[in-house]
This record gives sequence, C-alpha cells and structure tokens, in this order.
Amino acid sequence: MGVTAEPTAGPGASHIVAPVSPNWVTTRLDFLVNWARSNSLWPMPFGTACCAIEFMAAAASRYDIARFGMERMSFSPRQADVLLCAGRLPFKLAPVIRRIYDQMPQPKWVISMGACASTGGIFDNYAMVQGIDTVVPVDVYVPGCPPRPEGLLYGILLLQKKVRGETLADHAIREERPLDERGLRLSPQLVDELSEPFGNSVHQTRSA
Amino acid sequence: MNPSAAALRAQFDAAITRVTESCGDTIVYVDPTRVREILAWLKDAPEQDYDYLVDITAVEYRDAGLPIDVVYQVFSLRRKAFLRLKAPLDKREPLAIDSVVPIWAGADWMEREVYDMFGITFREHPDLRRILMWETYAEGYPLRKDFPLRGRFSRAEQVRQALGANPEAHYSMEELSIVQAATELPADMRDRLARGERGKIAEPPRGETTDA
Repeated sequence: MGVTAEPTAGPGASHIVAPVSPNWVTTRLDFLVNWARSNSLWPMPFGTACCAIEFMAAAASRYDIARFGMERMSFSPRQADVLLCAGRLPFKLAPVIRRIYDQMPQPKWVISMGACASTGGIFDNYAMVQGIDTVVPVDVYVPGCPPRPEGLLYGILLLQKKVRGETLADHAIREERPLDERGLRLSPQLVDELSEPFGNSVHQTRSA
Repeated sequence: MNPSAAALRAQFDAAITRVTESCGDTIVYVDPTRVREILAWLKDAPEQDYDYLVDITAVEYRDAGLPIDVVYQVFSLRRKAFLRLKAPLDKREPLAIDSVVPIWAGADWMEREVYDMFGITFREHPDLRRILMWETYAEGYPLRKDFPLRGRFSRAEQVRQALGANPEAHYSMEELSIVQAATELPADMRDRLARGERGKIAEPPRGETTDA
C-alpha cells in the first residue's frame, strides 16, 4: 500500500489507525474494489460560478474526463460518488450543499474546485462561506481561479490515487458523520481559524 | 440639461430642491415625501412619458452627515430619454419613503432589494421582506457604511446559522398575502402549494369565480 488512507473528516479526527491489520485477502479485495471505484467516479456537479465553465470544458471532447470514467454526470446525489463543488459557496447555499452531501450514499468523496470553494477566494465578505471544508469534508482541493481543465484532471487523478489507497479494513473512513449538536461539522474555533483572512484579505479590516 | 428638469420645476416648484448635471445625465433632487406624486406625473404627463422604471437603488455617502439618497432611474421608451431622480433621506429619522409599486409593478423586487441592503422601508409596499439575504438574517443591512465587511457575527456563528436553515422551506399562499391570486393558478400548481410543509393554502373567498 503506497498511499495511506486518510480520514475523510477534517483536521482533529482521531481515528486513523485501522482496527484490523490488513492481510493478503483484504489487500487483494481492496485492490479489486478500489480499482472498480476509482475508475468509475460519477460526479455530482455543484457548479455555482465560473469554475463550472472550466468543469464543462473538462467534460467536453478536448479534455474529456470520460477517459477517467467520469463522463456520467450524476445530477441526482443518490447515484453520485463525487461531489464536485465548482465555484463560490454563499451562506445561503451552505444548507443545500450539506443536504446534497448527506443524500449521497457511501462511498463518497468531495472535490473542492477553485480558490473560492477552497478558501472563499477574493470573496472575504459577509455573504460567502470561507472554504467549503467548514460545511462538508473535502478530499481534494484544486487551486486556481478558475483552474484550467488540466488542473481539474490532475485533481481527479489525485482523488483516484487516494481511492486506490483506501482499505475495507478501516470502517472509519466510510462512516457517516452528521453535524454535531451545535449544528456544525467542526468546532467553532476551527471554523473561525479556517475562515481567517489571508493574502490580500488581511488588508481589509473587519470595520472596513 | 434635460428639459424635463425645467418642467418639473414649473410643475412642483418647492418639491424640487436641486438640479445638477453629471456626465451628460440630469439629476433632479426631490422632496422624499412627494416622490410618488412626482414619478406618477413623469409617467403620465404626455410630454414627459417616462414609462419605464429602469432601476431603484440607494447611496450612502462616506460623510456620515450626508443623507442617504434613494435613486430612481427612469426612461421614456418613446422619446428615448433618461432621467435620474434622487430623494435624500435624513439618517437621523426613520428611513422610510413611499413605495412606487402602485405606479410600476416592476418596482416590487427593486424596493425589496433596497430594503434588504439599506434597511429603507417602503410605505405601502405589498410584500416588503428581504430578497437576497435570507429571512432570518440578523446581522443588519450589508450595504450600510457602518456594516463591517465580513459581517457582525463570527464565521463559526455565520456557518452555524446558515447550516441551520431549511433549504426546502417555502411560503404558503397566505404568508405571501396574494391569496386572491390562488384562483388564477393552474389546478396542479395549487395542489402542490397545498401540500407545502409550511401550511395549507387558504380557500378562495366566497362569491369569486374559480377555474373549475
């Protein structure tokens, strides 16, 4: 196993150690299952902005994500494997993407495409979620504004690599983690920390 | 200078406080208490004929002593002429102005947006509630100068409140105060609204015709 399976929850999760040690049977079965899963990732496109245009370009004939088994867009979350958030996420859409994520069956992964989905990007303001990882767990972040189709394809290849490193022996990575009693996915301190201004945003004061 | 400015002066005299020209556009400052009367005249007077309301917006200036301007941009489709009206509202008093929905039905959502972003109340508006921000938004009015860029609550609280919203909640007919329109809806749409999770559709008032 070249790549270790990482927990799908964000920072702070403490269940990395597999309860069962992998033996020959599970590793061979893992190889087969992960081969099948990683080569037919059906994306649920959640396109909210210009990144969705690059995503469409990646799906069209020139870049053609059909080469990686992703040509079947799943416009229903119930048949989707990958939630692909392409574009900025306003607070008004946060419950919507959370509902879609909760409706997707396991196994499921999330790609955060572009600067706005990953960090809030240039929209460090009152209306925008500062990174969708404060709302749903994210597996692969694709940087760019917007990322070129090659960038998205590289992110997809990284996700395939991650999927091939998973093991059935670790139940924790496929466990559903609903929002906690506070109604948050992460602790409030962590959400605040992830949403801190950085880069050019630090020049904008809270009272600006 | 747009000749409508002189015509407004002749017609309304004291209600027109100032007329300026900027980048070729005539700007007429008017008394906010008479906005509806002035706009109705501009729309109906045959020699004015400003029949299209392009936009309603508002401006708050950095100088805290200056009033908030409510801006009306009107256009005459026949004469191909623009006119801009500004109605200054004193910030020390409650921000309220007459709605122009009785004149242009299309002003409905524009006034809701100004209310949402600036907190200006439009008197006699049929359905004045937030339009861009969600209904339970409690942080204030985002385009006001005293509103912090990143909002008033912490990011964690903003995320918590956003995730607590029900994305499938919608309005029943009574809440929208357009119950009388129910009789004009197609039957299948009425059924769908009646099954809504936030209450049942009201029975149409007695004596009115239905589409059955």
